[in-house]
Amino acid sequence: MSILGTRVVRTEDPRLLTAGGTYVDDLRVPELATAARVTFVRSPIAHAMITGIDVSAALAAEGVVAVLTVKDMDDLPPPPPDDGGGGGEGAPLPLGGPWSEPLLAVDRVRFVGEPVAVVITDDRYQGEDAAELVSVDYEPLPAVVGIDAALASETPLFAGTESCIAVTIGEAGDGTGFGECDVVVERTIENQRLAPVPMEGRAVAASWADGKLTVWVSTQNAQIARFILAGALGMDPGMIRVVAPDVGGGFGAKIGVERDGLIVAWAAKHTGRSLRWAETRSENMIGMTHGRAQRHVIKIGGSRDGHIQAYRLDIVQDTGAYPRLGGFLPFLTSLMAVGPYTIPQVQTAYRVVVTNTTPINAYRGAGRPEATAAIERAVDLFAAAIGMDPAEVRRINLVPKDKFPYSTPCGATYDTGDYVAALDKVLAAAGYSELRAEQARRRERGDVLQLGIGLASYVEITAADAAGGETARLVVNGDGTATVYTGSSAHGQGHHTAWAMLVESELGIPMANVTVIHGDTDLIPQGVGTYASRSLQLGGVALQRAAVDVKEQARRVAADLMEASEADLELDIERGVWQVRGDPATSQTWADVAAHAGSGGLEASANFTEGQPTFPFGTHLAVAEVDTETGKARLIRHVTVDDAGTVVSPLLAEGQRHGGIAQGVAQALLEEMVYDADGNPVTGTLVDYAIITAAELPSFELLSSETPTTVNPLGVKGIGEAGTIGATPATQNAIINAVSHLGVSHIDMPLTPARVWAAVSAAQENQENGERQ
Amino acid sequence: MKVTLTVNGGQIGAEVPDRTLLVDFLRDVAGLTAANIGCDTSSCGACTVLLDGQSVKSCTLLAAQADGREVVTLEGLASGADDLHPVQRAFRAEHGLQCGFCTPGMVMAAVSLLAENPSPTEEEVRTALEGNLCRCTGYHNIVRAVLAAARDGAASGQNAAADLATSERRPV
Amino acid sequence: MIPAPFTYQRAGSVDEALGLAADGGEDAKFLAGGHSLLPLMKLRLSVPETLIDIARLRELRYIRADNGHIAVGALSTHNDLATSGLLARELPLLAHAAGRVGDPQVRHCGTIGGSLAHADSAADLPAVVLALDAVLVARGPSGSREIDAGSFFRGLFESALDPGELLTEIRIPRPQTPSRWSFQKFTKRAIDWAIVGVAVQGGSVALVNMGQTPIRASAVEQALAGGAAPREAASRAAEGAIPPEDLNADRGYREHLARVLVARALEESAARA
Repeated sequence: MSILGTRVVRTEDPRLLTAGGTYVDDLRVPELATAARVTFVRSPIAHAMITGIDVSAALAAEGVVAVLTVKDMDDLPPPPPDDGGGGGEGAPLPLGGPWSEPLLAVDRVRFVGEPVAVVITDDRYQGEDAAELVSVDYEPLPAVVGIDAALASETPLFAGTESCIAVTIGEAGDGTGFGECDVVVERTIENQRLAPVPMEGRAVAASWADGKLTVWVSTQNAQIARFILAGALGMDPGMIRVVAPDVGGGFGAKIGVERDGLIVAWAAKHTGRSLRWAETRSENMIGMTHGRAQRHVIKIGGSRDGHIQAYRLDIVQDTGAYPRLGGFLPFLTSLMAVGPYTIPQVQTAYRVVVTNTTPINAYRGAGRPEATAAIERAVDLFAAAIGMDPAEVRRINLVPKDKFPYSTPCGATYDTGDYVAALDKVLAAAGYSELRAEQARRRERGDVLQLGIGLASYVEITAADAAGGETARLVVNGDGTATVYTGSSAHGQGHHTAWAMLVESELGIPMANVTVIHGDTDLIPQGVGTYASRSLQLGGVALQRAAVDVKEQARRVAADLMEASEADLELDIERGVWQVRGDPATSQTWADVAAHAGSGGLEASANFTEGQPTFPFGTHLAVAEVDTETGKARLIRHVTVDDAGTVVSPLLAEGQRHGGIAQGVAQALLEEMVYDADGNPVTGTLVDYAIITAAELPSFELLSSETPTTVNPLGVKGIGEAGTIGATPATQNAIINAVSHLGVSHIDMPLTPARVWAAVSAAQENQENGERQ
Repeated sequence: MKVTLTVNGGQIGAEVPDRTLLVDFLRDVAGLTAANIGCDTSSCGACTVLLDGQSVKSCTLLAAQADGREVVTLEGLASGADDLHPVQRAFRAEHGLQCGFCTPGMVMAAVSLLAENPSPTEEEVRTALEGNLCRCTGYHNIVRAVLAAARDGAASGQNAAADLATSERRPV
Repeated sequence: MIPAPFTYQRAGSVDEALGLAADGGEDAKFLAGGHSLLPLMKLRLSVPETLIDIARLRELRYIRADNGHIAVGALSTHNDLATSGLLARELPLLAHAAGRVGDPQVRHCGTIGGSLAHADSAADLPAVVLALDAVLVARGPSGSREIDAGSFFRGLFESALDPGELLTEIRIPRPQTPSRWSFQKFTKRAIDWAIVGVAVQGGSVALVNMGQTPIRASAVEQALAGGAAPREAASRAAEGAIPPEDLNADRGYREHLARVLVARALEESAARA
């Protein structure tokens, strides 16, 4: 029986549970033994000219090795000439050109937190003291904060551009498809700015010796980080080694290496001194990129029998101070706008605006949670308008299971799915009719505590960049153990365990004898790393290919060793030995075979580039209880199907779903990165930015569903982001549903007590006014 | 000033600046890097250790305040490589960790909870962990782990032989 | 983040603590549990030059029944109060409220004296001692004095303590009916400061985070004394209050919450009695 699909505990855990992980700030390697500390001086103002920097007081402070500003960056290559078009529509690249972003600020700061100088000291405490002594003169400029201000601004933020609108894709709506609808609903809804808040912030250590730069980065992609470093520093990539040690969460915000990390690496090269930097949480809240920040104008129309006929989504993406990802996020939102539904007429359009706030980048789901949040609110609004149960409306419009692969009007082709089964499974497990009955009883009685049931049916795209492939190298060592060199780069996902399971499943080498290595460009020069929920379906498949290759090599060697024909040999996976078929007495171990293989050894490499994006799907049902006197909402149940194809490790898949659900619920209930009108962050610490805790969540009810994909031999899709995508709209819909009988039709996220109460009292006032009239 | 603590059963003393935080003393002077710094506002609990048997946030204490007292960190929890604390065993069995950054603090908070409340309900576990943030697990399996450890007699501090291997090492 | 440099001193007795404070002047602060002070120092919002650690003054850590009142030593931790059998019987309001301060780690370190001296109107215990008509005992260079809770909280982060004066004891008169209490702490998350909080003991009602200091809801108390039913009395909860406005609530919402929570507190305390 294969080990795949069984509940195997993680190989990563013994070390993490006894000694703790080794994150960048924990490194005690010889190269960093005399490392100095980097402390950033950051802009306290959202938009200003820099008219002077006086470092003299800082230089005189205790323990200061150097204080560096942009003036010291004369040893960097000039930026490549480009026209500001980025990589084209939908490419995850900075726009560049007139929208270019420097390393240390040159003459201008564009967001609170922008790096202006670095102070290098013997220790961290001295660094904080000395940084306070750097005196920067700012001449304030008007700050553009929020989407309304950006759209209305007559003054562009960047010289050589025409406005704060950096990207415009698509045409304005012309009403196509809506004329024939019985019912049309329009609404503007906000998908609010979030902070990723991985528990470990950004951290980089760098050592420069003999013309070679070694950089330890808390990253999701060591190889991409190396590529970026080479370009930024004007170095041959072969002279850079990047190492990802243990990484304390990423969620898309630690892709490659970004601006502040590049500054640290440059400073090490510039000073010839090894350096280390680990940001504080306060820095992280404004210095790490933010997520979401889209405004949606949704328009949905259909007939009274429940069929949705037309849907339009207009997006404005606030990209913050610099367009680091061009139009990539709203591009993905547009691609997935129609969700899991068959809607004949779908139109999308998007604009990207710059503002004087922290730049936006990927955050768990990266554009797809936004798409799902928009259409799932639209479906509920449509259901309310026609007076039909929102579960029924979904069932009527979900893509039927015999339509796959299904090409959508948005340009995606969904590989496999059974959306109706997912919906029905969740409704049954949740006891939907009982929940509605309980809701009705409470409404009848006029209870203070009302019940809300919220649904979200979703489909999402994983491995969107499948063509980029993923690498694996598998070596069977002389002692019969195995070593895997993977291009993937886990930061909590448990790849070491899953990859060891794959090797055991394919070769019979026990998991305990499989070592997995990742995240070191000296050992693994080629690889993509972990984001977009791509690693199992690309990196895992590459590993399986390499394992099959190794097996065939071993068969040839074993045949020679045992003087038998290859056709007569079998690999007994259970016992992990080669033998003449049916004759255990002839068995040879992997060590025997490896020894016989000679100097070439037994190893194979693979780069799986034939994959395609896959489309996991599911339904979430949230049950919320709302105190109608105070507005406080509590999530009391959360039931889900998250179908990502074949499940290799139920334990790991469930863990990803749990974590995803928690982050999704948190967006609906609690989190928002808030700026005041001058661009000052208001939620700059974990006191004010409300990360969800164990006390606000129930245990989740996860249901199994495996609809394999046809686009890779394992049949696997990606599970990492799916939970987040389904959980947010289910929770939002549930809370709104709890008070919909009071006249509330929509509440923007986060649905804090103040917002819920404001909606309830406004609705009650409307009803009273209506009655009086 | 000179600060001397008992950490994981051994004495560690050093001359440190008065403002040295306990977490930095543990990480940089004692070389015990399991306790992590995750925030600036005593919100996240990643730095949680035991001080005289009670959970505390070591980022919100001066090393000087712990002078002469007993600290236990994650590294000091197991009695030996094969003798894990029930909470450590349970976290593994229940997949109560992913990236591991919050884990040292979470485990120590759980140990302290079970010492004060040996048979907590699920709600009591969730409330007791309100000062420990996790961004990866959604807490579902952490809660299961703490309840499992409670059933396993964690309060009495019993360690038992643990099976660290996922499968037996076979002869190669 | 790291506090600015300072000198740490440890006091071996209350007298020594007072002496060190007198020497240190304006820039010296007492350090008890440190869970109000150190977070401010780490953000460099407070930069004392000297910290006088008083946490080991065991003579200030006790909970006992004296004649007609309960005496709580100022250095009792929140956990001490929350787990005290004596308080559970005699002052369940205080025990319960202490058990909801922060999280377990905070409660193991933070002290009632530290919390009261810090005088944050968003904290729970100031309103509780106000509702309990506590008397706060302070010792300074010129001796001891007693300060009514009603006079103790002067403004946001401003108490009646003189510089160099140390809170030593909180004296709480035994309530007529100890079980007639309620504590309503309204938060977004369990860990958060109260958006609005209500402490009720008998006919005394105090409010958390409805002003620059904890306040008594006098209009409610008068209505109750005049025989009003709980909901009716509660409708006057916000009278005379100037609640703060912040990310969690504007003035109108806080006033609304005060009315709702006072009603619930009065109903709950009556049901318990």
